[in-house]
Amino acid sequence: MPQQSHASVHSHGQTHYIRIWAILCALLAVSVAGPMVGIRFVTLATAFGVAIVKAFIVCSQFMHLNIEKKFVVYILGAMLAFMIVFFSGVAPDVLEHEGQQWQKTYVEPAAGASTEH
Amino acid sequence: MIDEGLIKKYLWSTDHKIIAMQYLFTGMLMALIGGFTVYVFRMQLAFPGQPVPLFGRVSAATYNSLVTMHGTIMIFWVAMPVLLAAFGNFLIPLMLGCDDMVFPKVNRLSYQVFLLSAIVLVASFFVPHGAFGGAWTAYPPLSARSTYNLTPYGSTLWVIAVALEFAAFLLGGVNFVTTAMNSRAPGMTMFDVPLVVWMIVIASVLFMASVGPLLAGAVMLLLDQTLGTGFYDPATGGDPVLWQHLFWFFGHPEVYVVLLPAMGIVAEVIAVFSRKKIFGYKTIVYTAVATGVISFFVWAHHQFIAGIDPRMASLFTVTTLIISVPIAEMVFLYIATLYGGSITLTTPMLWALSFIAEFMIGGVTGIFLGAAGSDIYLHDTYFVLAHFHYTFFPIAIIGTFTGVTFWFPKMFGRMMSERLGKIHFWGTIIAFNFIFIPLFITGAAGDQRRVYNHLGFPDLATPWRQDLRIVATMALVTMLAFQPIFIFNFIRSMFKGALAGANPWRANTLEWLAPSPPPHGNFAELPVVYRGPYEYSAEDREEDFWPQHIPGGMPTPAETAVHGQWQA
Amino acid sequence: MDVPTGRLAVWWVLASEIVIFGGLLSSYVMMRLRHGAWAEQAAHTNTWVGAFNTLVLLTSSLSAVLAHHAAERGDGPRAATLLRYTILGGGIFVLVKSFEWTHEIEQGFTITSSLFWSFYYTAAGLHAAHVIAGMVIMFIVARTAARNEALHRVENIGIYWHFVDVVWIFLFPLLYIAK
Repeated sequence: MPQQSHASVHSHGQTHYIRIWAILCALLAVSVAGPMVGIRFVTLATAFGVAIVKAFIVCSQFMHLNIEKKFVVYILGAMLAFMIVFFSGVAPDVLEHEGQQWQKTYVEPAAGASTEH
Repeated sequence: MIDEGLIKKYLWSTDHKIIAMQYLFTGMLMALIGGFTVYVFRMQLAFPGQPVPLFGRVSAATYNSLVTMHGTIMIFWVAMPVLLAAFGNFLIPLMLGCDDMVFPKVNRLSYQVFLLSAIVLVASFFVPHGAFGGAWTAYPPLSARSTYNLTPYGSTLWVIAVALEFAAFLLGGVNFVTTAMNSRAPGMTMFDVPLVVWMIVIASVLFMASVGPLLAGAVMLLLDQTLGTGFYDPATGGDPVLWQHLFWFFGHPEVYVVLLPAMGIVAEVIAVFSRKKIFGYKTIVYTAVATGVISFFVWAHHQFIAGIDPRMASLFTVTTLIISVPIAEMVFLYIATLYGGSITLTTPMLWALSFIAEFMIGGVTGIFLGAAGSDIYLHDTYFVLAHFHYTFFPIAIIGTFTGVTFWFPKMFGRMMSERLGKIHFWGTIIAFNFIFIPLFITGAAGDQRRVYNHLGFPDLATPWRQDLRIVATMALVTMLAFQPIFIFNFIRSMFKGALAGANPWRANTLEWLAPSPPPHGNFAELPVVYRGPYEYSAEDREEDFWPQHIPGGMPTPAETAVHGQWQA
Repeated sequence: MDVPTGRLAVWWVLASEIVIFGGLLSSYVMMRLRHGAWAEQAAHTNTWVGAFNTLVLLTSSLSAVLAHHAAERGDGPRAATLLRYTILGGGIFVLVKSFEWTHEIEQGFTITSSLFWSFYYTAAGLHAAHVIAGMVIMFIVARTAARNEALHRVENIGIYWHFVDVVWIFLFPLLYIAK
């Protein structure tokens, strides 16, 4: 893994990034520990909560979006927004199990069954 | 040595103008194939069961392949490469006053990937069982199971070709957008950029933002086809409607991806040939952006009767009717531009005017389809088909002819024949209307799409309906018969046309400063910009045009910021 | 108003990648929500292997940003070394994944054995393809950077690499934790 830098004036910048990395590792540990509590809500909250925080940290500190021109953040944000639009428009369709005029006849296959035709 | 030179100059070039020509010629060649497919299947519809001259008998399976390939080719291998890639590549650096795209090698790569996609697609005609027959919309399970679509190799090649084409346009799009953002001539603010460049850039962003889910979906479809996964198969827990959503989430913005460049081309032409400033330039730009955004909220109007929740259908009806407003507004602004102008009916102008007229017909007929209630009856009938041809034909065909006849002098240094141009125009336009007006009627009267012989349905086998189908086919044959005039005009003018000079149309935008054709590097001296692109018939000026690069006149605040205070 | 052209291009590439992965992962999430019974299949993904790979990618992101830091100071050779560490991280990631997949396939969990596994292999596979592509580009950038040329590319490939890391940051809970 990365060597220690020689000049002290340069290690200042590097220390910052190593610190961020340590935080990310700690968050990773939290997300792995979450399921061990056994409560489903905790598992999901730690898993996705940590993911969002980690992603935010990587984006702002490693990709330097914190000092990038604002319109870049808006463009990337817009793409995410479109994904939310996609999910919102499609999920109600895909998630329905039955409706007024139809019902789902699909039965979950037994464990290990193949889908090959 | 000559071979080496030719290859380097024409096949391996990174010059945006050569790449533009590569896209243009590939697109026009694919249009011949797309046109041939429609000739064959319309002959089959008009004279069912009769062997089609130059082709032979058309079976049901062959018919499916033909309509599939017609739609696929015309949208992805004609409209997109010509309107977006060819005109984008040719015009953007020239109109922005720079010497090439910011990433010339990526540009070359994008064409090479595109060419590969075209080769893969054309190859699919020659594999056992022929080209894909599952419609250009490729709904599973028809598209996923070769036992249904009867084209095992064709269907896989189709998915691969489409995915490659998407990759090519993503590469090209990045080039267009970054060049437009970072590479403008000194003094050219965002609002001094010609409309066609704005439109192509907005279209590229729209494409980039919408194609992702479909690319993912195409990978899933490919796996379903080849490995037997069940992403879209209800028997494994998959969902065929998921594909529909993935497809149309892209498919609807896609129509604006091709519409906007066409509208941009028309804008340039009507300004020049009415010698008038574009009415509401900024409004047009904002409207185009707004349309692009709204286009992400309308996709399920293609799925009104696919079994989606009716409440969703209501929502999408509202958004679809809303999106007709900004486009209508843009058309009104174009008409306002023409109003009071000093109009010259050159060939490009005739095409531009016909775009406006024909597209309006397409637009208003779309209202009936955007409303879920009426769409229940009209979905999958020829009414839909006539509607989208009244939009797509203006976009892909009229838009192309407008742009080609307008910029031909710049591209090749010579003028096309006005006489042949006008004959070609009238023959094409009149015939076009005689193709699709009958189809509105037969569609409303019940003709279903993607049926190879309507006489199999007693209700549809009435003589007057068949007469209309025959009229449509004869009009198509007529229209196709006029196209050699264009091809002849094009090729002959390339070598024997009257010399054009730099600015035969007396236009303002920067590409007319460069020599015709522009050399490598475009400009002897890179221009500086002093005003917007549409200063035609300016007051107190003898000339009725005022090119962007000529100093003089009252500077705008932006120009002052660039040049400092100066005397008029 | 200007972002340097190379970096601007990378942002646009990422924008299109967001919707590609976004489309795929949204589809997965919808289907996963619809099929509660997939939990039975998902239980067979190895959380520790996933966590290890997450650690590997996070660390490779560290070396990538340190490479950028070095490039900013004009230290091309050091940037190249750090980029090569990043490539190594990517290599370890892909290697671990190959073993992981081999093991899962041997146990009978193939791409067709359940729609869960179809998504699993497709999503992780698409991601791995991006890792490999990133490694290739990084290799080329490192070679040039070692000669102190085109140092701006170090930041640009770094941004791409961080994005690949972020995608995995979401894939990890989706495929390994939220069972």
